[in-house]
Order: sequence, then C-alpha cells, then structure tokens
Amino acid sequence: MNALLSPGLGRRTSSFLATHSRARLALVLIAPLTWLVVVYVVALALLLVTALWRVDGYTGQISPSWTLDNIRTVVTGSLYQTVTLRTVGVAVVVTVVDVLIALPIAFYMAKVASPRARRLLVIATLMPLWASYLVKAYAWRSLLSEQGLLNWVLAPTGLQGPGYGLTAAIITLSYLWLPYVILPIYAGLEKVPDSLIEASSDLGASTWRTLGSVVLPLTTPAIIAGTIFSFSLSLGDYITVTIVGGTSQVLGNLVYTNVGAANNLPLAAAIALVPIVIIFGYLALVRRTGALDNL
Amino acid sequence: MLRTTKVKRTTASAAVALLAAAALTGCGTTAVSGPSPTAEQTSLGDNEGSVSILAWPGYVEDGSNDPSVDWVSGFEAKTGCAVTSKVYGTSDEAVNLMKTGDYDVVAASGDATLRLIAGGDVAPVNTDLIPSYAGIYDFLKNRAWNSVDGRSYGVPHGYGANLLMYNTDVVQPAPTSWSAVFDDASQYAGKVTAYDSPIYIADAALYLMTHKPELGIKDPYALDETQLAAAVGLLKAQRVNVGEYWSDYLKQIQSFTSGDSVVGTSWQVIQNSLAAEGAKTAVVLPEEGTTGWSDTWMIASKAKSPNCAYAWLDWISSPETNGKATAYFGEAPSSEAACNYRDDCEAFHAGDADYASKIHYWTTPVAACLDGRTDVTCTDYTRWTAAWQEIKG
Repeated sequence: MNALLSPGLGRRTSSFLATHSRARLALVLIAPLTWLVVVYVVALALLLVTALWRVDGYTGQISPSWTLDNIRTVVTGSLYQTVTLRTVGVAVVVTVVDVLIALPIAFYMAKVASPRARRLLVIATLMPLWASYLVKAYAWRSLLSEQGLLNWVLAPTGLQGPGYGLTAAIITLSYLWLPYVILPIYAGLEKVPDSLIEASSDLGASTWRTLGSVVLPLTTPAIIAGTIFSFSLSLGDYITVTIVGGTSQVLGNLVYTNVGAANNLPLAAAIALVPIVIIFGYLALVRRTGALDNL
Repeated sequence: MLRTTKVKRTTASAAVALLAAAALTGCGTTAVSGPSPTAEQTSLGDNEGSVSILAWPGYVEDGSNDPSVDWVSGFEAKTGCAVTSKVYGTSDEAVNLMKTGDYDVVAASGDATLRLIAGGDVAPVNTDLIPSYAGIYDFLKNRAWNSVDGRSYGVPHGYGANLLMYNTDVVQPAPTSWSAVFDDASQYAGKVTAYDSPIYIADAALYLMTHKPELGIKDPYALDETQLAAAVGLLKAQRVNVGEYWSDYLKQIQSFTSGDSVVGTSWQVIQNSLAAEGAKTAVVLPEEGTTGWSDTWMIASKAKSPNCAYAWLDWISSPETNGKATAYFGEAPSSEAACNYRDDCEAFHAGDADYASKIHYWTTPVAACLDGRTDVTCTDYTRWTAAWQEIKG
C-alpha cells in the first residue's frame, strides 16, 4: 500500500516490473493461484485424506489414524459396486440422450438458421438455466406423477408414464444438462467453415456423406467436450434421484447419507473418490482428441 | 507439445497440494478429544445476555417467519438473553452441528440424544433449577433417551407417534396392522412409502416383535445380529413394493395428494395438512404399537451462556410456551397445563399414557443392549446405517 502512496517508490516498482517479466507474471497470478490451490485443491485434498481415517462408532468422533479399510470397503463391497455401475449407467445413458438431442439442434442453430433466429435459439437454450435446479427437478416430479401431465397426455393411447424411478431420473437429468451439451457442440459447429461444406457438395457428395465425412469429424472434439459436462454432472448428482428416482440410489446418495446420517466422513470421502477416479480416467481418455480445448 | 507440458505442470502442482495436505493433517493426528465427564450446575448465576439454540424447524419462532408466531421476544424481554437460533433437518445433522461447540442449547430427538451424551457434547441438567420441570408428564421423565445412570440430561419438549397413513379410497378395508406395509404390501406394489432413515429399521423390528415372537425381540432398538438380519430381510422384501422413501415432509404430502403413495408411515402433522387440503387420507395407530419421537431440550457441555440456557429450558417448558411451540409443530405437548393454551390436544392424544405406552420412542441403538441383555452385543447406529444402505441397494 505504502509503495503506491509514495511516488518515488511507485515509479521504481513499475520500472522493476517492466524489466522483470517473471515478477510481473507472479504478481498477476498470486490471487487466482491462491484461490485455485489453497481454497480449491488443498481443501479437496484435505477432505479426501479423511478417506484414510476411521470413525469411532459410538461417539462419532473421527480418529485420525491411518487405515485403508474405507477404500477396501468401497472397492470390494457389493453394494458399492452395484451402485457404481448404476451411476455410470445413468450417466452414460443421459450423455447419449443429450448428444442425440443436441446434435440436430446445434446443427440447425449453427448452419441453417438466420442470424436473428440463431440469437433467439441461443436464448431459448439458455433460458432453462435461469430457473433454479430444484424448481426444474420438482417440476418434473409433478409432470411424472401418477396424476401428472405425462400420464394425462398418454392416457388416450393406453400407455403409462414411467413413474418415479431410474427412467424418471434419466429423463430429468437429460433435461437439466441439455444446455451444457448444446452450447459446446454449437460452438464447435460454428467453427466448421461453410466453404468446406460447399466444397464437399461441389465435389458431388450427398448431404449425408458431407455430414459424415466432413462435419462430424470436425465436430467430434466439441461433442466430446459436451459429453464431459453431461457425464460428470450426472455422475455427481444425487438431488434429482432423491426427487424423482423412487427407491433408487446413486453414489451421491451414499456420500450424502454417510456424511449426513451416518456421520461417517471417512467412508463418504472414500466413496467420493469413485466418481473422481472415473472422471479422471475419462478426461485422460479424451485428452488426445483435443476435446479439452473446446471447453 | 504444449499440452504435455501443461499436464506435467498440473500433475506437479497436484502433487505439491497433496504433500501440503498430508503435512497439515499430520499435525492433526494428536488432537483426539474423547468424551469428558461433566458435572451438572448446582446454582444459577447472572444471565450472560445471549443464548444460541439449535432446534428443529418451528421450535424457536421469533415472529420473523410469521408475525403471529413468536415466543422468543417474550423470553428476551423477561431474561435479557438475546436468542440466536439455527434450524436443522435431521437428527444426524444436529449431532454434527453440536460438535462445533457453537450452541448452548439443542432440541434433540431420542435417536440423537445418546450420541450427544456419549460424545460429551451435552451436560447433565439439574432439573431443580428449572421450576417448569415439575409440570412435565411423569411418563416422559428419566427415560432411556434423556437420562443416563439416573442423571437427567434435559427437559422433555413434545412427543409424537409415527402413524400408518392410507388412502381411504384405495386401501380398503381400513388397515389396523403394519402388515399393510410389510406382509401384505404387494397389494399396493409401487405405492408403498417408508421413512428414509436407518431408524426405520426399528419399525420392522417392532413388527417382528408381534409376528415372529421366536426371534425374541424385546426392544426394537436393541437388536443382535440375528434379529437385525431378520429386520433387514423384512425391509428388503418390502423394498420391492416401495414407490419411494421419504424424509422431507412436503414430499410426503405431495405424493399422498397425487396418489403416488397410498399407504405408509407418516406423522399426525402431515395428516392435518392433508385433511386441510381435502385429501382422502387417514391415519391409524396399528395394533402392534408404533415408533415415535420424544424430544429433549439439552444444554451443551461447553455452553458459553449456561445461565441463559437454563432460563431458556425453563421458558420453553412453561405451559404457555410449550403449548404454543408444540401446537405450531404439530405434536403433543409435554405437560397437562400446556393444553390450556391450545385446543387440539385431543387429536395428538396428549397426556394419554395408554396411547403413549404404545409408542416405542426413538433411541440411539448402541452396542450395549438397551433391553438389558448382557450375553450378546447389539448392533449400533453405524451398523444400522450400513444395513439401511444395503436395504436400499
């Protein structure tokens, strides 16, 4: 502070910074790095270290003595294996559904619609993000209920809605994450030059051939970027399953009950490692496709 | 090329972070604090000027939610103790929050009290210093969940029963037994509901007490491994027919209104809301008896304002405040005189000792069997939580 108040010192500091680019960089980066490392990474690491501790069953106090029991329980317990498979299954289905819906929408927005319609469509895509997550999840709860809109619409056809359960959770999650999948794909498609598409058709390729051989390969990184969102968000979610999932539970529910009900932070931390490991594996897999540059 | 360097750097900083974390936590390894023996207060001093309270929603109302519901301002004016309060959603949350040491007073249900006592988070209470204590129903005093070795750990607040709720259109004839949600649940497959908490295992154990006497269950909160396995088996069979588990009371109201649930565990206060909406539901206390809760106002062992805490316990258990607070929440009050301040005591069977005797109040399951058996080890709450997660699958 004083340095800024005294003009001489201020000038000296600025000339020092002008000639020392590394010092300049360090000053600029201090705040964000503190945030990222201390508040974010260290806090998370500290939490995960508790996975190696144990909890006194009676008093509920955490005793910080090292043990691999929690990790072993999570890796070998049949409950955790079943729930992990279910959670990954839900995340994969949600991702596939979202990509299938997002592709035509994003393509229309980027390549077909007029600039005016494009702006409106972007706004329409973003609009659901203005409402709270909980409002949207509860809206689906009433849509899917026994006397809900879905059953009312289906009634003349003799069909019935899925009711509460995994299907309902997949529908709701697909709805919730759709904007996060449309936007990266739209951004990726916008980058595909129109001239390439014109060239393809000039050379006699059919529309489908152009889409398959020109547009799709160029958009793949963007699509993968979209899947990272829907996949990781589904993997970590537990509220939707609580609201519309009926009796099903996913990894997030297990973490929640172990923190909230069981007061077993070490086991909860061990369970939380599962989605983290899966996501890191997925990121490592897609890194080479260049998808991360599209985020 | 650029990407690989980036990744290397990221890995390096992650490693640094992990090392830092390990170093930091290393310092923590010695800081283990076990429960410390605490003595009750023998006399009261001057009020400290403030008191901080942890309670269920609706227990500490100062008019900020609803101007007509306020029993805190009167207390502040009378005692000079400014009240700050925090509400919690589940007993487990309350136990966690009390560990912070930020609260002087807590309103705890029976599934939390023993954990709080064992953890050394609450102190014994000298009930002689609380004039209102004399008016409390005797059947609520010195019970397994609010006393240890004959020492009282607080003042009873309200109590209530977990009831069997059913849709009067669908569930006919009207059920009189919990078999509607256990052995006969398949009739309502997909529309049965159950309370989402490990403590619900006690409901299954209670059912087995009557229907499988050979298991020898004396107390639904004192289960050895065999008895727990039987209860878990019953709940796993029930799960096939369960539409959803509930713990949020608004969710419960909605699913009975929409017809997604037609039979299951519920509370009187939920029935009151449904009746007000005109929903076709009714509740019954089944012939096997039921589980329920009896809440206790407790004082933190490290209370910063013990005198104001004592003043609050006396105030909240005085007939007028007790009547208002329990009426607002929807449960029976803990004293006869409180019924002079509310007109719905009958609906909650207040003071009906016979009705109350059918309620097996929530108690924390512990390894030392609560029914007095010494030849076996009972399953504790951690074990129940693990079992509950297995049941839900």
